[in-house]
Amino acid sequence: MAIKLPIYMDYHATTPVDPRVVEAMLPYFTEHFGNAASRNHPFGWEAEEAVDKARKQIADLIGANPKEIVFTSGATESNNLAIKGVAEMYREKGNHIITAVTEHKAVIDTCKSLEKDGYRVTYLQVRKDGLIDLAELRAAITDKTILISIMTANNEIGVVQPIAEIGAVAKDKGILFHTDAVQAAGKIPFNVNELKVDLVSITAHKMYGPKGIGALYVRRRNPRVLLAPQIDGGGHERGMRSGTLNVPGIVGFGKAAELCRLEMAQDTERLNALVARLNKRLHDGLDEIYINGSTEHRLPHNLNISFAYVEGESLLMGINDVAVSSGSACTSASLEPSYVLKALGAGDDLAHSSIRFGLGRWSTQEEVDYVSDKLIRVVTKLREMSPLYELAKEGVDLSTMQWEVH
Amino acid sequence: MAYSNKVIDHYENPRNVGSLPKDNPNVGTGLVGAPECGDVMKLQVQVNPETGVIDDAKFKTFGCGSAIASSSLATEWLKGKTVDQALAIKNTDIVTELSLPPVKIHCSVLAEDAIKAAINDYKKKQSVTAKTVAAQEKAQPTV
Repeated sequence: MAIKLPIYMDYHATTPVDPRVVEAMLPYFTEHFGNAASRNHPFGWEAEEAVDKARKQIADLIGANPKEIVFTSGATESNNLAIKGVAEMYREKGNHIITAVTEHKAVIDTCKSLEKDGYRVTYLQVRKDGLIDLAELRAAITDKTILISIMTANNEIGVVQPIAEIGAVAKDKGILFHTDAVQAAGKIPFNVNELKVDLVSITAHKMYGPKGIGALYVRRRNPRVLLAPQIDGGGHERGMRSGTLNVPGIVGFGKAAELCRLEMAQDTERLNALVARLNKRLHDGLDEIYINGSTEHRLPHNLNISFAYVEGESLLMGINDVAVSSGSACTSASLEPSYVLKALGAGDDLAHSSIRFGLGRWSTQEEVDYVSDKLIRVVTKLREMSPLYELAKEGVDLSTMQWEVH
Repeated sequence: MAYSNKVIDHYENPRNVGSLPKDNPNVGTGLVGAPECGDVMKLQVQVNPETGVIDDAKFKTFGCGSAIASSSLATEWLKGKTVDQALAIKNTDIVTELSLPPVKIHCSVLAEDAIKAAINDYKKKQSVTAKTVAAQEKAQPTV
Protein backbone atom coordinates (compact mmCIF):
# COMPACT_ATOMS: atom_id res chain seq x y z
CA MET A 1 0.00 0.00 0.00
CA ALA A 2 1.35 3.40 -0.94
CA ILE A 3 1.92 5.50 2.11
CA LYS A 4 0.13 8.83 2.32
CA LEU A 5 2.43 11.82 2.83
CA PRO A 6 2.91 13.93 4.83
CA ILE A 7 2.68 11.73 7.91
CA TYR A 8 1.18 13.20 11.06
CA MET A 9 3.03 12.22 14.25
CA ASP A 10 2.24 15.27 16.34
CA TYR A 11 -0.88 14.10 18.18
CA HIS A 12 0.20 15.99 21.32
CA ALA A 13 -0.26 19.27 19.48
CA THR A 14 -3.73 18.44 18.27
CA THR A 15 -5.71 15.56 16.82
CA PRO A 16 -7.97 15.29 13.80
CA VAL A 17 -11.67 15.22 14.63
CA ASP A 18 -13.03 11.68 14.47
CA PRO A 19 -15.60 11.47 11.63
CA ARG A 20 -18.10 10.01 14.13
CA VAL A 21 -17.67 13.18 16.18
CA VAL A 22 -18.22 15.43 13.16
CA GLU A 23 -21.35 13.52 12.33
CA ALA A 24 -22.72 14.01 15.83
CA MET A 25 -21.97 17.74 15.69
CA LEU A 26 -23.41 18.64 12.29
CA PRO A 27 -27.13 18.90 13.17
CA TYR A 28 -26.28 21.35 15.95
CA PHE A 29 -25.03 23.95 13.48
CA THR A 30 -28.17 24.06 11.37
CA GLU A 31 -31.21 22.12 12.52
CA HIS A 32 -30.75 22.31 16.29
CA PHE A 33 -29.10 25.69 16.51
CA GLY A 34 -30.86 26.86 19.68
CA ASN A 35 -29.31 28.64 22.63
CA ALA A 36 -29.09 26.22 25.53
CA ALA A 37 -30.07 29.06 27.85
CA SER A 38 -33.39 29.68 26.07
CA ARG A 39 -35.75 28.09 28.58
CA ASN A 40 -39.06 28.94 26.94
CA HIS A 41 -39.07 27.18 23.57
CA PRO A 42 -38.15 23.84 21.97
CA PHE A 43 -35.06 25.20 20.19
CA GLY A 44 -33.54 25.97 23.55
CA TRP A 45 -34.72 22.69 25.08
CA GLU A 46 -33.11 20.64 22.32
CA ALA A 47 -29.84 22.43 22.78
CA GLU A 48 -29.96 22.05 26.54
CA GLU A 49 -30.72 18.35 26.22
CA ALA A 50 -27.72 17.88 23.91
CA VAL A 51 -25.50 19.75 26.35
CA ASP A 52 -26.74 17.62 29.26
CA LYS A 53 -25.98 14.44 27.34
CA ALA A 54 -22.47 15.63 26.48
CA ARG A 55 -21.87 16.73 30.07
CA LYS A 56 -22.66 13.18 31.16
CA GLN A 57 -20.41 11.65 28.49
CA ILE A 58 -17.51 13.83 29.63
CA ALA A 59 -18.21 13.21 33.33
CA ASP A 60 -18.25 9.45 32.67
CA LEU A 61 -14.80 9.59 31.09
CA ILE A 62 -13.27 10.94 34.32
CA GLY A 63 -15.59 9.38 36.90
CA ALA A 64 -17.27 12.67 37.79
CA ASN A 65 -20.82 13.91 38.33
CA PRO A 66 -22.17 15.86 35.30
CA LYS A 67 -22.86 18.83 37.58
CA GLU A 68 -19.13 19.07 38.21
CA ILE A 69 -18.31 19.85 34.56
CA VAL A 70 -17.89 23.53 33.64
CA PHE A 71 -17.48 24.22 29.93
CA THR A 72 -14.77 26.62 28.80
CA SER A 73 -13.14 27.62 25.53
CA GLY A 74 -10.27 25.18 26.07
CA ALA A 75 -7.69 24.05 28.56
CA THR A 76 -5.82 27.35 28.71
CA GLU A 77 -8.99 28.95 29.98
CA SER A 78 -9.65 26.00 32.30
CA ASN A 79 -6.19 26.37 33.83
CA ASN A 80 -6.67 30.11 34.25
CA LEU A 81 -10.09 29.63 35.83
CA ALA A 82 -8.91 26.91 38.19
CA ILE A 83 -5.80 28.69 39.44
CA LYS A 84 -6.97 32.31 39.45
CA GLY A 85 -10.45 31.27 40.58
CA VAL A 86 -9.08 29.43 43.63
CA ALA A 87 -6.46 32.09 44.37
CA GLU A 88 -9.07 34.82 44.43
CA MET A 89 -11.69 32.82 46.34
CA TYR A 90 -9.34 31.50 49.05
CA ARG A 91 -7.21 34.64 49.47
CA GLU A 92 -8.24 34.93 53.12
CA LYS A 93 -7.01 31.41 53.78
CA GLY A 94 -3.59 31.80 52.21
CA ASN A 95 -1.54 33.05 49.30
CA HIS A 96 0.77 30.17 48.47
CA ILE A 97 0.54 27.92 45.40
CA ILE A 98 2.73 24.93 44.53
CA THR A 99 3.33 23.86 40.94
CA ALA A 100 6.23 22.41 38.91
CA VAL A 101 8.76 23.81 36.45
CA THR A 102 7.65 21.43 33.69
CA GLU A 103 4.01 22.55 33.64
CA HIS A 104 2.42 23.92 30.49
CA LYS A 105 2.77 27.68 29.98
CA ALA A 106 -0.94 28.07 30.63
CA VAL A 107 -0.23 27.08 34.25
CA ILE A 108 3.20 28.68 34.67
CA ASP A 109 2.25 32.03 33.22
CA THR A 110 -1.01 32.08 35.20
CA CYS A 111 1.05 31.54 38.36
CA LYS A 112 3.52 34.23 37.29
CA SER A 113 0.66 36.65 36.84
CA LEU A 114 -0.59 35.85 40.37
CA GLU A 115 2.90 36.51 41.75
CA LYS A 116 2.53 40.08 40.54
CA ASP A 117 -0.62 40.29 42.67
CA GLY A 118 1.19 39.27 45.84
CA TYR A 119 0.81 35.49 45.72
CA ARG A 120 3.77 33.25 46.44
CA VAL A 121 4.46 30.35 44.08
CA THR A 122 6.79 27.39 44.56
CA TYR A 123 7.92 25.82 41.28
CA LEU A 124 9.03 22.28 42.13
CA GLN A 125 12.01 20.92 40.23
CA VAL A 126 11.67 17.50 38.62
CA ARG A 127 13.98 14.52 38.82
CA LYS A 128 15.95 13.23 35.84
CA ASP A 129 12.95 11.12 34.84
CA GLY A 130 10.69 14.18 34.71
CA LEU A 131 8.66 13.27 37.79
CA ILE A 132 8.32 15.43 40.88
CA ASP A 133 9.69 14.28 44.22
CA LEU A 134 6.87 13.77 46.74
CA ALA A 135 9.17 14.59 49.64
CA GLU A 136 9.94 17.94 48.02
CA LEU A 137 6.24 18.54 47.56
CA ARG A 138 5.55 17.84 51.25
CA ALA A 139 8.43 20.07 52.27
CA ALA A 140 7.12 22.94 50.15
CA ILE A 141 3.71 23.00 51.86
CA THR A 142 3.15 25.83 54.36
CA ASP A 143 0.10 26.88 56.38
CA LYS A 144 -0.53 29.45 53.65
CA THR A 145 -0.68 26.87 50.81
CA ILE A 146 -4.11 26.93 49.16
CA LEU A 147 -3.49 25.08 45.91
CA ILE A 148 -1.27 22.42 44.35
CA SER A 149 -1.30 22.34 40.54
CA ILE A 150 0.57 19.45 38.93
CA MET A 151 -0.16 18.19 35.44
CA THR A 152 -1.14 14.56 34.91
CA ALA A 153 0.90 13.90 31.76
CA ASN A 154 3.52 16.16 30.25
CA ASN A 155 2.88 17.47 26.76
CA GLU A 156 6.51 17.16 25.65
CA ILE A 157 7.95 14.08 27.30
CA GLY A 158 4.69 12.28 28.09
CA VAL A 159 5.62 11.36 31.64
CA VAL A 160 2.72 10.70 34.00
CA GLN A 161 3.07 12.26 37.46
CA PRO A 162 2.06 10.31 40.61
CA ILE A 163 -1.33 12.01 40.75
CA ALA A 164 -2.98 9.68 43.30
CA GLU A 165 -0.04 10.16 45.70
CA ILE A 166 -0.12 13.95 45.25
CA GLY A 167 -3.90 13.83 45.75
CA ALA A 168 -3.43 11.97 49.02
CA VAL A 169 -0.91 14.55 50.26
CA ALA A 170 -3.21 17.42 49.31
CA LYS A 171 -6.24 15.83 50.93
CA ASP A 172 -4.28 15.08 54.10
CA LYS A 173 -3.23 18.74 54.36
CA GLY A 174 -6.60 20.16 53.34
CA ILE A 175 -5.15 21.81 50.23
CA LEU A 176 -7.01 21.93 46.92
CA PHE A 177 -5.43 19.95 44.07
CA HIS A 178 -5.70 20.95 40.42
CA THR A 179 -4.34 18.88 37.55
CA ASP A 180 -3.96 19.79 33.89
CA ALA A 181 -5.03 16.45 32.38
CA VAL A 182 -5.16 17.61 28.78
CA GLN A 183 -2.72 15.01 27.48
CA ALA A 184 -3.91 12.20 29.73
CA ALA A 185 -7.71 12.37 29.64
CA GLY A 186 -9.13 9.93 27.15
CA LYS A 187 -5.74 8.24 26.78
CA ILE A 188 -5.16 6.60 30.16
CA PRO A 189 -7.61 5.66 32.93
CA PHE A 190 -8.48 8.74 34.95
CA ASN A 191 -10.90 8.86 37.87
CA VAL A 192 -11.31 12.04 39.92
CA ASN A 193 -12.23 10.14 43.10
CA GLU A 194 -9.52 7.52 42.91
CA LEU A 195 -6.95 10.21 42.21
CA LYS A 196 -8.41 12.62 44.82
CA VAL A 197 -8.26 15.62 42.52
CA ASP A 198 -10.45 18.71 43.03
CA LEU A 199 -10.02 20.51 39.73
CA VAL A 200 -9.18 19.02 36.33
CA SER A 201 -8.54 20.82 33.03
CA ILE A 202 -9.39 18.96 29.85
CA THR A 203 -9.90 19.86 26.21
CA ALA A 204 -11.67 18.26 23.25
CA HIS A 205 -9.10 18.74 20.50
CA LYS A 206 -6.52 16.46 22.12
CA MET A 207 -9.01 13.58 22.13
CA TYR A 208 -10.30 13.63 18.55
CA GLY A 209 -12.85 16.36 19.25
CA PRO A 210 -13.07 19.92 17.91
CA LYS A 211 -10.91 22.90 18.88
CA GLY A 212 -12.33 25.74 20.93
CA ILE A 213 -14.12 23.69 23.57
CA GLY A 214 -12.74 22.54 26.89
CA ALA A 215 -13.91 21.89 30.42
CA LEU A 216 -12.94 22.28 34.01
CA TYR A 217 -13.98 19.63 36.49
CA VAL A 218 -14.88 21.36 39.76
CA ARG A 219 -15.46 19.07 42.76
CA ARG A 220 -18.85 19.62 44.39
CA ARG A 221 -18.55 17.39 47.40
CA ASN A 222 -15.90 16.62 49.95
CA PRO A 223 -14.80 19.34 49.61
CA ARG A 224 -17.09 21.66 47.68
CA VAL A 225 -14.73 23.82 45.64
CA LEU A 226 -15.63 27.45 45.13
CA LEU A 227 -14.23 29.53 42.31
CA ALA A 228 -14.22 33.25 41.65
CA PRO A 229 -15.44 33.53 38.03
CA GLN A 230 -12.95 35.03 35.60
CA ILE A 231 -15.54 35.89 32.95
CA ASP A 232 -18.65 37.73 34.12
CA GLY A 233 -21.98 37.83 32.35
CA GLY A 234 -25.19 35.87 32.20
CA GLY A 235 -24.25 33.46 34.96
CA HIS A 236 -23.95 30.33 32.83
CA GLU A 237 -22.28 27.19 34.17
CA ARG A 238 -23.54 27.76 37.71
CA GLY A 239 -22.05 31.24 37.67
CA MET A 240 -18.52 30.00 37.18
CA ARG A 241 -18.20 30.75 33.48
CA SER A 242 -20.57 33.10 31.70
CA GLY A 243 -21.06 33.03 27.95
CA THR A 244 -23.45 31.30 25.55
CA LEU A 245 -22.58 27.63 25.37
CA ASN A 246 -20.86 26.36 22.23
CA VAL A 247 -23.45 23.66 21.63
CA PRO A 248 -21.96 21.96 18.54
CA GLY A 249 -18.54 21.98 20.19
CA ILE A 250 -19.94 20.53 23.40
CA VAL A 251 -21.79 17.81 21.49
CA GLY A 252 -18.55 16.93 19.70
CA PHE A 253 -16.58 16.98 22.95
CA GLY A 254 -19.14 14.62 24.51
CA LYS A 255 -19.02 12.20 21.60
CA ALA A 256 -15.21 12.30 21.54
CA ALA A 257 -15.07 11.57 25.28
CA GLU A 258 -17.45 8.66 24.89
CA LEU A 259 -15.39 7.15 22.06
CA CYS A 260 -12.21 7.53 24.08
CA ARG A 261 -13.81 5.79 27.05
CA LEU A 262 -15.11 2.90 24.97
CA GLU A 263 -12.01 2.44 22.82
CA MET A 264 -9.26 3.30 25.30
CA ALA A 265 -8.17 -0.27 25.96
CA GLN A 266 -7.80 -1.21 22.30
CA ASP A 267 -6.24 2.15 21.32
CA THR A 268 -3.70 1.79 24.13
CA GLU A 269 -2.75 -1.73 23.14
CA ARG A 270 -2.25 -0.74 19.51
CA LEU A 271 -0.30 2.43 20.36
CA ASN A 272 1.93 0.66 22.87
CA ALA A 273 2.93 -1.77 20.13
CA LEU A 274 3.54 0.99 17.57
CA VAL A 275 5.62 3.12 19.94
CA ALA A 276 7.64 0.08 20.99
CA ARG A 277 8.29 -0.71 17.33
CA LEU A 278 9.37 2.84 16.57
CA ASN A 279 11.65 2.87 19.59
CA LYS A 280 13.20 -0.50 18.76
CA ARG A 281 13.87 0.35 15.12
CA LEU A 282 15.52 3.64 16.07
CA HIS A 283 17.65 1.99 18.75
CA ASP A 284 18.64 -0.81 16.35
CA GLY A 285 19.62 1.65 13.63
CA LEU A 286 21.45 4.30 15.67
CA ASP A 287 23.81 4.59 18.62
CA GLU A 288 23.70 7.34 21.25
CA ILE A 289 20.01 8.09 21.27
CA TYR A 290 18.28 8.76 24.56
CA ILE A 291 14.66 8.62 25.66
CA ASN A 292 13.70 11.74 27.57
CA GLY A 293 11.65 11.13 30.69
CA SER A 294 10.57 8.06 32.61
CA THR A 295 10.11 4.98 30.46
CA GLU A 296 7.88 3.45 33.09
CA HIS A 297 5.42 6.24 33.90
CA ARG A 298 4.55 7.41 30.44
CA LEU A 299 1.68 7.95 28.02
CA PRO A 300 1.24 5.04 25.62
CA HIS A 301 1.42 7.22 22.52
CA ASN A 302 4.46 9.38 23.35
CA LEU A 303 8.12 8.98 22.54
CA ASN A 304 10.61 11.80 23.08
CA ILE A 305 14.13 11.03 21.92
CA SER A 306 17.36 13.00 21.78
CA PHE A 307 19.63 12.13 18.88
CA ALA A 308 23.03 13.14 20.27
CA TYR A 309 25.29 15.36 18.10
CA VAL A 310 22.47 16.32 15.73
CA GLU A 311 20.49 19.55 15.98
CA GLY A 312 16.70 19.21 16.01
CA GLU A 313 15.77 21.73 13.38
CA SER A 314 18.19 20.33 10.83
CA LEU A 315 16.76 16.92 11.65
CA LEU A 316 13.22 18.16 11.01
CA MET A 317 14.37 19.61 7.66
CA GLY A 318 15.56 16.16 6.66
CA ILE A 319 12.21 14.56 7.46
CA ASN A 320 10.04 17.33 6.08
CA ASP A 321 7.28 14.94 5.06
CA VAL A 322 6.79 13.94 8.70
CA ALA A 323 5.03 16.20 11.20
CA VAL A 324 6.77 15.97 14.59
CA SER A 325 8.03 18.54 17.12
CA SER A 326 11.48 19.34 18.42
CA GLY A 327 12.74 20.86 21.65
CA SER A 328 15.41 22.70 19.69
CA ALA A 329 15.67 26.46 20.15
CA CYS A 330 15.53 27.00 16.41
CA THR A 331 12.04 25.56 16.20
CA SER A 332 10.60 27.68 19.02
CA ALA A 333 9.37 31.23 18.75
CA SER A 334 11.39 32.21 21.81
CA LEU A 335 14.67 30.84 20.37
CA GLU A 336 15.17 29.04 23.68
CA PRO A 337 15.47 25.27 23.88
CA SER A 338 12.63 23.41 25.59
CA TYR A 339 12.38 24.39 29.27
CA VAL A 340 10.91 20.96 30.00
CA LEU A 341 13.94 19.11 28.64
CA LYS A 342 16.30 21.58 30.33
CA ALA A 343 14.55 20.81 33.63
CA LEU A 344 15.58 17.15 33.30
CA GLY A 345 19.16 18.34 33.72
CA ALA A 346 20.56 16.33 30.81
CA GLY A 347 22.21 19.38 29.27
CA ASP A 348 20.94 21.89 26.76
CA ASP A 349 22.61 20.10 23.88
CA LEU A 350 20.27 17.14 24.32
CA ALA A 351 17.30 19.52 24.33
CA HIS A 352 18.48 20.91 20.98
CA SER A 353 18.68 17.34 19.66
CA SER A 354 15.24 16.14 20.69
CA ILE A 355 12.26 14.99 18.68
CA ARG A 356 8.79 14.43 20.12
CA PHE A 357 6.76 11.72 18.44
CA GLY A 358 3.06 11.71 19.21
CA LEU A 359 1.15 8.80 17.73
CA GLY A 360 -2.60 8.50 17.59
CA ARG A 361 -5.74 6.80 16.48
CA TRP A 362 -4.79 6.76 12.81
CA SER A 363 -1.07 6.00 13.07
CA THR A 364 -0.04 2.84 11.22
CA GLN A 365 2.83 0.41 11.24
CA GLU A 366 3.76 1.48 7.70
CA GLU A 367 4.09 5.04 8.95
CA VAL A 368 6.25 3.97 11.86
CA ASP A 369 8.53 2.03 9.51
CA TYR A 370 8.77 4.89 7.03
CA VAL A 371 9.56 7.43 9.75
CA SER A 372 12.15 5.27 11.51
CA ASP A 373 13.94 4.36 8.25
CA LYS A 374 14.05 7.96 7.15
CA LEU A 375 15.25 9.19 10.54
CA ILE A 376 18.07 6.69 10.64
CA ARG A 377 19.24 7.87 7.21
CA VAL A 378 19.02 11.56 8.10
CA VAL A 379 20.65 11.23 11.54
CA THR A 380 23.50 9.22 10.01
CA LYS A 381 24.03 11.84 7.32
CA LEU A 382 23.90 14.74 9.79
CA ARG A 383 26.30 13.02 12.15
CA GLU A 384 28.78 12.65 9.31
CA MET A 385 28.79 16.41 9.10
CA SER A 386 28.67 17.02 12.86
CA PRO A 387 31.89 18.27 14.47
CA LEU A 388 30.54 17.06 17.81
CA TYR A 389 30.13 13.49 16.60
CA GLU A 390 33.67 13.61 15.20
CA LEU A 391 35.08 14.90 18.50
CA ALA A 392 33.14 12.32 20.48
CA LYS A 393 34.40 9.53 18.24
CA GLU A 394 37.96 10.81 18.80
CA GLY A 395 37.31 10.30 22.49
CA VAL A 396 36.96 13.97 23.44
CA ASP A 397 34.64 14.61 26.39
CA LEU A 398 32.43 17.39 25.06
CA SER A 399 31.26 18.42 28.51
CA THR A 400 34.80 19.33 29.60
CA MET A 401 35.63 21.30 26.45
CA GLN A 402 35.83 25.07 26.63
CA TRP A 403 33.15 26.47 24.36
CA GLU A 404 32.81 30.07 23.44
CA VAL A 405 29.19 30.68 24.44
CA HIS A 406 27.64 33.35 22.25
CA MET B 1 10.66 27.97 8.96
CA ALA B 2 10.38 28.81 5.29
CA TYR B 3 13.87 28.66 3.86
CA SER B 4 15.14 29.96 0.55
CA ASN B 5 15.92 27.43 -2.16
CA LYS B 6 19.61 28.17 -1.74
CA VAL B 7 19.53 27.17 1.94
CA ILE B 8 17.65 24.00 1.09
CA ASP B 9 20.14 23.20 -1.69
CA HIS B 10 23.13 23.62 0.66
CA TYR B 11 21.35 21.54 3.31
CA GLU B 12 20.56 18.74 0.89
CA ASN B 13 23.84 18.88 -1.02
CA PRO B 14 26.35 20.33 1.40
CA ARG B 15 29.66 21.32 -0.27
CA ASN B 16 33.00 20.35 1.20
CA VAL B 17 31.89 18.35 4.22
CA GLY B 18 34.83 16.74 5.95
CA SER B 19 38.06 17.33 7.77
CA LEU B 20 41.61 18.34 6.86
CA PRO B 21 44.61 17.16 8.89
CA LYS B 22 44.59 19.69 11.70
CA ASP B 23 48.27 19.22 12.59
CA ASN B 24 49.41 20.21 9.11
CA PRO B 25 51.11 23.64 9.36
CA ASN B 26 49.30 24.79 6.21
CA VAL B 27 45.87 24.00 7.65
CA GLY B 28 43.99 26.45 9.84
CA THR B 29 41.09 25.21 11.97
CA GLY B 30 38.29 27.27 13.49
CA LEU B 31 35.84 25.74 15.97
CA VAL B 32 33.17 28.19 17.09
CA GLY B 33 29.81 28.09 18.85
CA ALA B 34 28.70 25.87 21.73
CA PRO B 35 26.57 22.74 21.94
CA GLU B 36 24.23 24.28 24.54
CA CYS B 37 23.52 27.15 22.15
CA GLY B 38 22.52 24.67 19.47
CA ASP B 39 25.25 25.42 16.96
CA VAL B 40 28.90 24.48 16.57
CA MET B 41 30.88 25.04 13.37
CA LYS B 42 34.23 23.58 12.48
CA LEU B 43 35.77 25.26 9.46
CA GLN B 44 39.18 24.44 8.02
CA VAL B 45 41.30 26.06 5.33
CA GLN B 46 44.38 24.70 3.63
CA VAL B 47 46.68 27.39 2.30
CA ASN B 48 49.22 26.91 -0.45
CA PRO B 49 52.45 28.16 1.16
CA GLU B 50 53.87 29.25 -2.21
CA THR B 51 50.97 31.43 -3.31
CA GLY B 52 49.13 32.23 -0.08
CA VAL B 53 45.92 31.08 -1.75
CA ILE B 54 43.39 28.81 -0.02
CA ASP B 55 43.36 25.66 -2.12
CA ASP B 56 40.98 23.63 0.02
CA ALA B 57 38.29 24.25 2.64
CA LYS B 58 36.17 21.82 4.65
CA PHE B 59 33.46 22.14 7.26
CA LYS B 60 31.44 20.20 9.76
CA THR B 61 28.46 21.83 11.46
CA PHE B 62 26.10 20.93 14.28
CA GLY B 63 23.22 23.32 13.87
CA CYS B 64 20.06 24.24 12.06
CA GLY B 65 19.61 24.28 8.29
CA SER B 66 20.85 27.84 7.89
CA ALA B 67 23.93 27.16 10.02
CA ILE B 68 24.77 24.23 7.75
CA ALA B 69 24.10 26.33 4.64
CA SER B 70 26.16 29.30 5.94
CA SER B 71 29.21 27.15 6.58
CA SER B 72 28.80 25.19 3.35
CA LEU B 73 28.64 28.46 1.40
CA ALA B 74 31.66 29.81 3.31
CA THR B 75 33.82 26.87 2.20
CA GLU B 76 32.77 27.45 -1.42
CA TRP B 77 33.73 31.09 -1.21
CA LEU B 78 37.02 30.46 0.57
CA LYS B 79 38.53 28.28 -2.11
CA GLY B 80 40.73 30.31 -4.45
CA LYS B 81 40.86 33.33 -2.16
CA THR B 82 43.98 34.68 -0.52
CA VAL B 83 44.09 34.78 3.25
CA ASP B 84 43.41 38.53 3.23
CA GLN B 85 40.52 38.19 0.80
CA ALA B 86 39.08 35.49 3.05
CA LEU B 87 39.14 37.83 6.02
CA ALA B 88 37.11 40.34 4.03
CA ILE B 89 34.09 37.99 3.83
CA LYS B 90 31.30 39.55 5.90
CA ASN B 91 28.34 37.84 7.51
CA THR B 92 26.04 40.21 5.61
CA ASP B 93 27.34 38.76 2.33
CA ILE B 94 26.15 35.34 3.51
CA VAL B 95 22.78 36.74 4.65
CA THR B 96 22.23 38.29 1.23
CA GLU B 97 23.35 35.25 -0.75
CA LEU B 98 21.18 32.82 1.24
CA SER B 99 18.27 35.24 1.90
CA LEU B 100 18.44 34.38 5.60
CA PRO B 101 15.52 35.59 7.72
CA PRO B 102 16.32 37.95 10.65
CA VAL B 103 16.17 35.17 13.27
CA LYS B 104 18.88 33.30 11.40
CA ILE B 105 21.42 36.12 11.11
CA HIS B 106 23.39 34.69 14.02
CA CYS B 107 24.18 31.65 11.80
CA SER B 108 25.95 33.94 9.33
CA VAL B 109 27.80 35.67 12.18
CA LEU B 110 28.96 32.29 13.38
CA ALA B 111 30.21 31.44 9.87
CA GLU B 112 32.18 34.70 9.72
CA ASP B 113 33.63 33.92 13.16
CA ALA B 114 34.58 30.46 11.94
CA ILE B 115 36.42 31.88 8.91
CA LYS B 116 38.33 34.33 11.12
CA ALA B 117 39.15 31.62 13.66
CA ALA B 118 40.45 29.30 10.93
CA ILE B 119 42.61 32.01 9.35
CA ASN B 120 43.95 33.12 12.73
CA ASP B 121 44.84 29.53 13.54
CA TYR B 122 46.68 29.26 10.23
CA LYS B 123 48.54 32.53 10.84
CA LYS B 124 49.48 31.47 14.35
CA LYS B 125 50.86 28.18 13.05
CA GLN B 126 52.80 29.99 10.34
CA SER B 127 54.43 32.39 12.78
CA VAL B 128 55.31 29.51 15.09
CA THR B 129 56.74 27.59 12.13
CA ALA B 130 58.63 30.67 10.98
CA LYS B 131 60.03 31.17 14.48
CA THR B 132 61.00 27.52 14.73
CA VAL B 133 62.69 27.67 11.36
CA ALA B 134 64.47 30.88 12.35
CA ALA B 135 65.49 29.36 15.65
CA GLN B 136 66.74 26.24 13.94
CA GLU B 137 68.69 28.27 11.42
CA LYS B 138 70.21 30.31 14.22
CA ALA B 139 71.14 27.19 16.11
CA GLN B 140 72.84 25.71 13.08
CA PRO B 141 76.57 25.52 13.60
CA THR B 142 78.53 27.57 11.12
CA VAL B 143 80.97 25.62 9.07
